[in-house]
Amino acid sequence: MKPPPFEYHRPSDLGEALAVLAEVGPDGKVLAGGQSLVPLLNMRLAAPRALVDINRVKELAYITTVDGGVEVGALARHADLERDDAAYAAIPLLRRATEHVAHATIRNRGTTVGSIVHADPSAEMPAVLALLDGTVTLASTAGRRTVSAADFFVGPLESDVRPGELAVSATFRTPPPGTGTAWLELSRRQGDYAICGVGVLVTLDADLRVAAARAALISVGPTPVLVDLADAVGGRHVDAADWAAAGALVEASVEPEDDIHATAAYRRHLAGVLTARAARSAAQEATANVRA
Amino acid sequence: MKVFGEPIARLEDPRLVSGRGRYLDDLGTTTTLAAAFVRSPHAHARVVDIDVSDALGVDGLVAIYTYDDLEGRVAEPLPILIPHPALRAPRTGYPLANGVVKHVGEPVVMVVATDRYVAEDACERIRVEYEPLPPVVGIDNALRAEHAVHEDVPDNVAAHLVQEVGDARAAIEAAPHKLELHLEVERSASMPMEGRGVYARWDEADRSLRVYSSTQTSTSLRFALAHKLGVPVDRVEVVTPDVGGGFGVKIMHPWPEEILVPWAAIRLGREVKWVEDRREHFISSAHERGQKHTVRVGFDDDGRLLGLDVEFLHDNGAYTPYGIIVPVITATQLLGPYKPGAYRVEFHSLYTNTVIVTPYRGAGRPQGVFAMERTMDAIADYLGLDRTVVRERNLIQPDEMPYDQGLVFQDGRGLVYDSGDFPATLRKLRELVGWEEFEEYRQRARAEGRRVGIGIAMYVEGTGVGPYEGAHVRVETNGQVHVATGLTTQGQGHETVFAQIAAEELGVPVETVTVVTGDTRRFKYAVGTFASRAAVMSGNAVALAARKVREKALRIAAEALSCSPDELSIVDGVVRSEAGAEIDLKTVAVLANPLRYAFDEEAARATQFAVGGRTDRPPVEPGDEPGLEATAYYSPVRSTFANGAHAAIVETDPQTADIRILRYCVVHDCGTLINPRIVAGQVHGGVAQGVGGALYERIVYDEHGQLLNASYMDFLMPYASEVPKIEIDHLETPSPLNPLGIKGAGEAGVIPGHAVLASAIEDAEGFRIDAMPISPAQLWELRRRHEAGEVPGLTRGGER
Amino acid sequence: MSEHDIRLTVNGIERSVRVPARRLLSDCLRHDLGLTGTHVGCEHGVCGACTVLVDGVPMRSCLLFAVSVDGAEITTVEGCRAPDGGLGPVQQAFQDCHGLQCGFCTPGFITTITAYLRDNPNPTEEQAREAIGGNLCRCTGYQNIVASVLQAADIIRSES
Repeated sequence: MKPPPFEYHRPSDLGEALAVLAEVGPDGKVLAGGQSLVPLLNMRLAAPRALVDINRVKELAYITTVDGGVEVGALARHADLERDDAAYAAIPLLRRATEHVAHATIRNRGTTVGSIVHADPSAEMPAVLALLDGTVTLASTAGRRTVSAADFFVGPLESDVRPGELAVSATFRTPPPGTGTAWLELSRRQGDYAICGVGVLVTLDADLRVAAARAALISVGPTPVLVDLADAVGGRHVDAADWAAAGALVEASVEPEDDIHATAAYRRHLAGVLTARAARSAAQEATANVRA
Repeated sequence: MKVFGEPIARLEDPRLVSGRGRYLDDLGTTTTLAAAFVRSPHAHARVVDIDVSDALGVDGLVAIYTYDDLEGRVAEPLPILIPHPALRAPRTGYPLANGVVKHVGEPVVMVVATDRYVAEDACERIRVEYEPLPPVVGIDNALRAEHAVHEDVPDNVAAHLVQEVGDARAAIEAAPHKLELHLEVERSASMPMEGRGVYARWDEADRSLRVYSSTQTSTSLRFALAHKLGVPVDRVEVVTPDVGGGFGVKIMHPWPEEILVPWAAIRLGREVKWVEDRREHFISSAHERGQKHTVRVGFDDDGRLLGLDVEFLHDNGAYTPYGIIVPVITATQLLGPYKPGAYRVEFHSLYTNTVIVTPYRGAGRPQGVFAMERTMDAIADYLGLDRTVVRERNLIQPDEMPYDQGLVFQDGRGLVYDSGDFPATLRKLRELVGWEEFEEYRQRARAEGRRVGIGIAMYVEGTGVGPYEGAHVRVETNGQVHVATGLTTQGQGHETVFAQIAAEELGVPVETVTVVTGDTRRFKYAVGTFASRAAVMSGNAVALAARKVREKALRIAAEALSCSPDELSIVDGVVRSEAGAEIDLKTVAVLANPLRYAFDEEAARATQFAVGGRTDRPPVEPGDEPGLEATAYYSPVRSTFANGAHAAIVETDPQTADIRILRYCVVHDCGTLINPRIVAGQVHGGVAQGVGGALYERIVYDEHGQLLNASYMDFLMPYASEVPKIEIDHLETPSPLNPLGIKGAGEAGVIPGHAVLASAIEDAEGFRIDAMPISPAQLWELRRRHEAGEVPGLTRGGER
Repeated sequence: MSEHDIRLTVNGIERSVRVPARRLLSDCLRHDLGLTGTHVGCEHGVCGACTVLVDGVPMRSCLLFAVSVDGAEITTVEGCRAPDGGLGPVQQAFQDCHGLQCGFCTPGFITTITAYLRDNPNPTEEQAREAIGGNLCRCTGYQNIVASVLQAADIIRSES
């Protein structure tokens, strides 16, 4: 399983990278982590005319925690984000979800932004971005634009990146104080793509009432499925919130498909069960944060 | 120093752990050509046209071959390795498709190029036009026979075999209680970490062929190649390099590629190498396990078997080069450690348009044990009896050994259990897992909202099948001992265990013994490594050869020391007499070869003017040979039977139906152990494959015959997180059939995997589990169907 | 397709090699540089047999192009030996604990564990099992590989 030939470009800075991308247009693919792309090349399921290797564009290797969010540059590896204490302090969900991305060795090379751009319906980080109402910044020789998570994931393995564009960063918005989060997924083997996974965010007001609750699910739709849990638990006191009902709401909201690993019915069931469990956990953390 | 039976560290490890192993793809030079294949994308199709024109311009292309280029025997069908009277419609393919393809992955065109990248480029540019034909996929469709895999086998039946002892159907009819079970095991595969590979060198000047293959049988491959390629046998050598696992799939031979790569090497006058990639392994090597069984059993109030009637269907894939060994083993090993009363077993082996089926560790035993053990559990449930009690009541007792089951086994000989203490095995297992204490544990778990279950399965394993193996042992004049045996190694530690045997027999330090396996240059008569036979067969052959060498050494030493051989012993490579005289074994080796010419100081001692001694006898007596070496063969009258029992405790999530193994216990008896650590390692590996087969691994074909999970991403082999800690206890009932008393252990770990985990999950859930593997999704579906009344629950004696 | 001259420092030795861009690092190490200790089991990143250290960090060499890591320091299983050429601590541990059978997956485990113990010198058994959770082995059932991790930690501790 050897890759087909391709034109290889290795720009050393962002300007060069954008110039090359403009040149190769739709025939080119960006190589960052390569953990999703190279298997496709090895299996000859993809044969781009040109590969633009951005691993020298060091200016993109950063993780910045600012007021309001965590900005992850295109060359930040999953392992970097997993280890970043400032990012964890600001948004614990980032580490919790990243820990579920494949195996440690894959995380050493694969990038958070790359995973988001790749938009695999079973990938964790696109769902985390969606849950936290994050954005992706794209650059090209024509300038920059920022796309919200809601608009970025177009379909399975399809994101809103135009020919000649490079996703230079993804920004995860820091949730408001009084928020707790959780990530739960069930996969066949540890490290596999999840049969179903869910990230839940619960925000409580000073009186411990549910001000916001939402879930982002993976492996149950062509893109991350965001479900607002307000109808089930909104406004309730955290001790009286019916998390099972939140699960039921999610179960009713998703339309997964069958595949060789699980049936649609089972995925739907899992979506409900995992949401309820994750929501309970998120609520506990939210409670602790309010009290702190 | 005693070394036989000791858990010594492996002698082959230093080179393997430091990256100095020599696996197939490590061989060759920068001028070795690489082969790749265009393989069928269709499950069943006529090959209409092959257009290679676009490939001709690929820089680095050397040759392209299709069926039309093949000549002589290479153009004939591949051989039927194991004919059997019941194999009434055997069919094999051709090395390259001859106008028709019968499974996705079948080789159609061979490309040879300067490297693999280029070869794949060329393959991509070759345009093959196919006319798709209706594919037959799955046992049910094969049976329905709306379409045929082979035109001249319209019912898709390759083989049909009935074996019976007594009148099972009458016995069941007359029995106080009867049950019928429908049981299924899905297809899986050996999946060694290293795929297949062949590297061939043709020496034009010498007109000799050397082939390296990642095979489990170099000697048999040698004969096959000599025959197919028309090269005299003495001009063909087959060498097995380090092999990265086999687990059965590499016993199949000659693969199309094993014939074509040497053939191309001869034609091109160049070295050619083919290394299979993972996708190729999925679609063009071999699979196994897929069977569907109907079991009818009659039993009495105590749960004793009165009659057992089993019918099963075996999916053998598109061709039958390996014959029907797998279903034959299922049919015979199904009986396990029990007396079945009357027994009837009937199977049909069916063609489908899928990859061929040849043995995978266990080779039909897992399916047979699954059928028998599910039946035992069902009987226990029906009568409200403890599952170990029902088994106990049916066990063959130690004083009934040898026990003749009255059937013909896979070696063509009687299915006779020679030894084993099955009740003791069961007792040890109950103790190890804490069978008695489990109910209390279950109650405590239930109080915590947790769902747990315990399962059990017993098996016997006929090991050490013939016809024979041989060994050659030679003591060098520098004291090194060289052992060669013809069968092969794929990780079983043969370089160590055979060295332990030789060292023990000869009285030399084990580090002075080097072992070569699977190299026809060193040993030419052998069968191969499979059926848990290597230790039994080659182990005993090594012992016998070493004993001959020892006897000769003592004879020569006795002459040199002027005493009787009875007064001598060999310790640490020194022959010592009771009186205190001594002579190094290496000096004995020098003396064993009367020399005219001395090539070193040691050798000088054996030259004609140095030796002294008798001048009225020839230096080499009639019937004797020069050198301190001997060859011996071990050929058993029949297989020797190992046995074991596994227990597992599982937990299932009440909501998600996720399945977790909390404990996994093994009791096994493989007779005398040469190296307990290596045996334990074999059990660990087998258990991991058993867990894989029970919970994770299934080969999935769609209705068009497309393999849907031809990668490690979707064919789920267990990582460390999926395999529990394995607790092992063992018994040793030595085999009475061979000098060392050993029995095979290679497959023991995997055999009861499906059965024990089905038993445990069923116990946790309270309803029948009759198909494996089972995933959380499938368990959850079964729960729903059970709640809806479609799947019956366990009755725990309630039905009587 | 163009060829590229790259430099890799492999096991401490600087190597220059000319490769096409599509040359996988696994093939470059094995066939261009003659270091056949790194093995290829799947070429899609799942089995881990090809794992090497790139600037000290475990990565799948079958998912890297050699050109992409031009200039990097690569450590393969051959580089995990002791300075005197004998077995390094992780290698010795594998022999001590019967942590290998066919040996094909072993190099990927050895590099992975070497890096892991450098960063986590005192793992529990559970942590040791998790550390090896991304590498497939078909022979051993992992039991003795977990033991090898703990044994290697012991050896390293006693050597320092």
